[in-house]
Order: sequence, then C-alpha cells, then structure tokens
Amino acid sequence: MKRDLKRSNAPIFWSLFGAGGMLAALIGPMLVFITGIAVPLGFVLPEDAMSYPRMLAFAQHWIGKGFLFVVVALFLWHAAHRIFHSLHDIGIHAGAGAKFACYGTAMLGTLVAAWALLAIGF
Amino acid sequence: MNAQNPRRPYLRPMVGWWRRNPFFVEYMVHEATALFVAAYAAVLLVGLLRLAQGEAAWNGFLDALRTPLSIGFHVVLLVAIAYHCWTWFVIMPKTLPPILVGGRRLTPAAITGGGLAVAALASLALFGIVWGMAR
Repeated sequence: MKRDLKRSNAPIFWSLFGAGGMLAALIGPMLVFITGIAVPLGFVLPEDAMSYPRMLAFAQHWIGKGFLFVVVALFLWHAAHRIFHSLHDIGIHAGAGAKFACYGTAMLGTLVAAWALLAIGF
Repeated sequence: MNAQNPRRPYLRPMVGWWRRNPFFVEYMVHEATALFVAAYAAVLLVGLLRLAQGEAAWNGFLDALRTPLSIGFHVVLLVAIAYHCWTWFVIMPKTLPPILVGGRRLTPAAITGGGLAVAALASLALFGIVWGMAR
C-alpha cells in the first residue's frame, strides 16, 4: 500500500448533502409555509409574527442565529452537491470547473450568511 | 465523443435519455428539487441581508413576501420541497445500512413510514414553537 494515498474529500460533501437533505425533509415544507405563505398572508399565524423587532431579537439570540445559519448553509450545500452530481445526467461534463461553481456558490452563500448574522449583532 | 473514429460506430444518442423511462423521469424530478431548496435558501439569505440592513430594508423584504408573485412562488417551493421530503424517505431504505430490530431486518416500509412520521412530528413541533413565539 502506498502510504501517501490521497484522502478523498467526498465524505465531507456527502455529509453536508445528507445533513441538508435531512433538515430540508424534516422541516423544509413547514418553513416555506410559515415564512412564505402563512405569515405574509396573516393566515393561521399573525402577520406581525415576522415583524422587525421579533426577527431582530430572534436573529440576535444564539439559538435563532444558529438555526438560521444551519438552515441556510445546509440547504445550500445539499442543493450544490445534488446539482453538481446531476450535471452529468443532463450531458454537462462535471469537471473541476463545475465542482468549483457548485460548491463555491454554497461556500459563498455560507460566508454571506455568517457575515449577515454577525452584522445583525448579539 | 468518438468523432475521430473512422469506423463511425453507431452511438445511441443520449439526448433526452431520462424521458424514455418513467423511473428516470421520477429520478430527474426528485433530483431537480435541489433547485427549489437552493432557491429557498437564497430567499432566506436575502432576508438575512435585509435584516442586517435595518428596519426599512426588512419591511421592504416583508412587502416583497406579500406580493402575489412571491406567494405563488412559495406555493411552488412548498410543493417541490414536500416532494423532496417524500422521496428522501422513500429512498432512505436504500441508503441506510441494514438495521436489525429483534433479530429481524427493518423493512423498507417501516423506514419510510418512520421517517415520514418523524418529519410530520418535527414540522408540527416547529409550527408549535413559532405559534407560541408569535402570540
């Protein structure tokens, strides 16, 4: 056995894909319903459920901050991995450039989310 | 590919390969749910940026969420991500290692059903928390 076998980075991306897919499966539909349908329409939930003071307090609390970061980052990494591996299926060669574009977008989104959550303060 | 081969062997065209078999159509549809998961993450990311920019920016984001276009878009997101949830747990028996309960292997139906039940409970819990916080 060669001692300097290159370790694959696939498990990292696969774990992020799995974690994001699981989170999206468990609470994704309900999150979309709450933030995109129920609260904007004032249907079932009050319209001021996402008012500025409430959302600011939520995003400033460490639990809310962590939740928002995990949801945005894992959803992005899940989607990036799945889209990257579907490129081959639609006839696009999934080379280093495609990998950089997919995972790079997820990384950029993760960093922007982290920056926004830090800018919101504690 | 093979354009330089002087024998010009027949190559079955791959364009639209997945449209020829319902199994692959379903596969492509459930893979495509990733686009909607990404779109929802982008919506949330814009929301985070608007929240960081202050009250006026956040209220603008809320106004945008109330437009019919946004509501319709979120209905599409809801359908696509709910389909992701369904297929995620339908595929799960094939991605998990064998689980033995009482010496018997857990059936695929039990894994799928269990996963969907946990998703339903998690969604109800999330709704309950938001409902409690919004009161």
